[in-house]
Amino acid sequence: MIPPAFDYAAPTSLSDALALLSQNPEAKVLAGGHSLIPALKFRMASPALLVDINKVAGLAYLREAGGWLAIGAMTREADLDRSALVREKYPLLADTARMIADPLVRNLATIGGNLAHADPANDHPATMLAYRAEVTAQGPAGARTIPIADFFTGPFTTSLAANEILTEIRLPARRAGDGGCYLKIERKVGDYATAAVAVQINVNAAGVCTSAGLALTNLGLTAIRCAAAEAALVGQPLDEAAIKAAAQRAAQAAEPVSDYRGSEAYKRSLVTTLTVRALRTALERARR
Amino acid sequence: MSTHHIKLTLNGETKEADVPARLLLVHLIREVFNLTGTHIGCDTTSCGACTVILNGRPVKACTVLAVQADGAAVQTVEGLAQGGQLHPIQEGFHQCHGLQCGFCTPGMLLTSAAFLAEHPNPSDDEIRWAISGNLCRCTGYMNIVKAVQYAAEKMRAASAQPAAAD
Repeated sequence: MIPPAFDYAAPTSLSDALALLSQNPEAKVLAGGHSLIPALKFRMASPALLVDINKVAGLAYLREAGGWLAIGAMTREADLDRSALVREKYPLLADTARMIADPLVRNLATIGGNLAHADPANDHPATMLAYRAEVTAQGPAGARTIPIADFFTGPFTTSLAANEILTEIRLPARRAGDGGCYLKIERKVGDYATAAVAVQINVNAAGVCTSAGLALTNLGLTAIRCAAAEAALVGQPLDEAAIKAAAQRAAQAAEPVSDYRGSEAYKRSLVTTLTVRALRTALERARR
Repeated sequence: MSTHHIKLTLNGETKEADVPARLLLVHLIREVFNLTGTHIGCDTTSCGACTVILNGRPVKACTVLAVQADGAAVQTVEGLAQGGQLHPIQEGFHQCHGLQCGFCTPGMLLTSAAFLAEHPNPSDDEIRWAISGNLCRCTGYMNIVKAVQYAAEKMRAASAQPAAAD
């Protein structure tokens, strides 16, 4: 399939990229391209101009500073998967990156693209909701910070303006007692989730949960944060009863629709099971 | 639509072309440079028949624009054999019957070669994970995994030998 005709520019600086976006309201940003190029081929998008930001230096990095893990938006999924820092200290992020699409796609696909595309079936949105992440959007007037809870406004829609570029994602740096896990059921490698659950918890020395983030992938029009399930965990000893109570609330928060991946009831049941398992794993990791 | 003059290294040779912005890398390789070992299978980023190695990493060339390869090093299946000698991964597929129809084979070879360069001593599970973005509808994968192990062993043996002195 041949994409529709478009113009192409590969600026080497962020300011040039932002200027191109401001001058061309019908432009789209090309990051890893593994959602955008298929969308072009299927004529689901037909931008007048692609602004390729792969040649802009300094947008791919992982660094801990000031109480955050800062991730450059052009960091490839494969580089998240390979990072010893991510594997050791950010297991929820490591689990997520490893489950996205397939190994070849992960060599080009980026975390910033995954978030900015805002497909409810994408995996990073739920993970970032569970982490209480924030993102930086650069625009013509400078940078602004957007809490992830305010970022996804609908399916394939975010609070980014057309002339802004997502440049950085920040997660709270690992504290003692933090643990996380992402669990995804997919029919085969490369498919979107039938259901997936992201959890990030903190437990104190007495085994009491002091904070909890819990969110769902591909079970609604956007990734869904399960506030009621989180509330069922915080302040409680993280025992099986608390885990099961949270899992029930997570299943209630899901808004699945029956489709070729499974019935509504099946998907809701998956949420219960995946939440229980993810919380158990997160707890084990928190105790390490 | 904009047209772009690009220059890249293809299997070690410098190549130049004028490409329309929407030309896909797989079409550049097959139709402009006439290297038809890179196959088009699903054309939807699923099957991996179009796999090439871009700057050291295997990618699906149906989902990369040709213009994005400007300045890059690209390797296709035609670049695997050197000096009339099959690459160990090609020899492995030959010896272990790692193909039947052969359509997925170029992609399997390139994904496996890139994987072995970083994982000289893989487990069968690691091989299966590495090739999970490449679909084969004939072999059931058993002989492909054997072929990759054959190549891994051969490459380990070769790297353990001191280089022959002239």
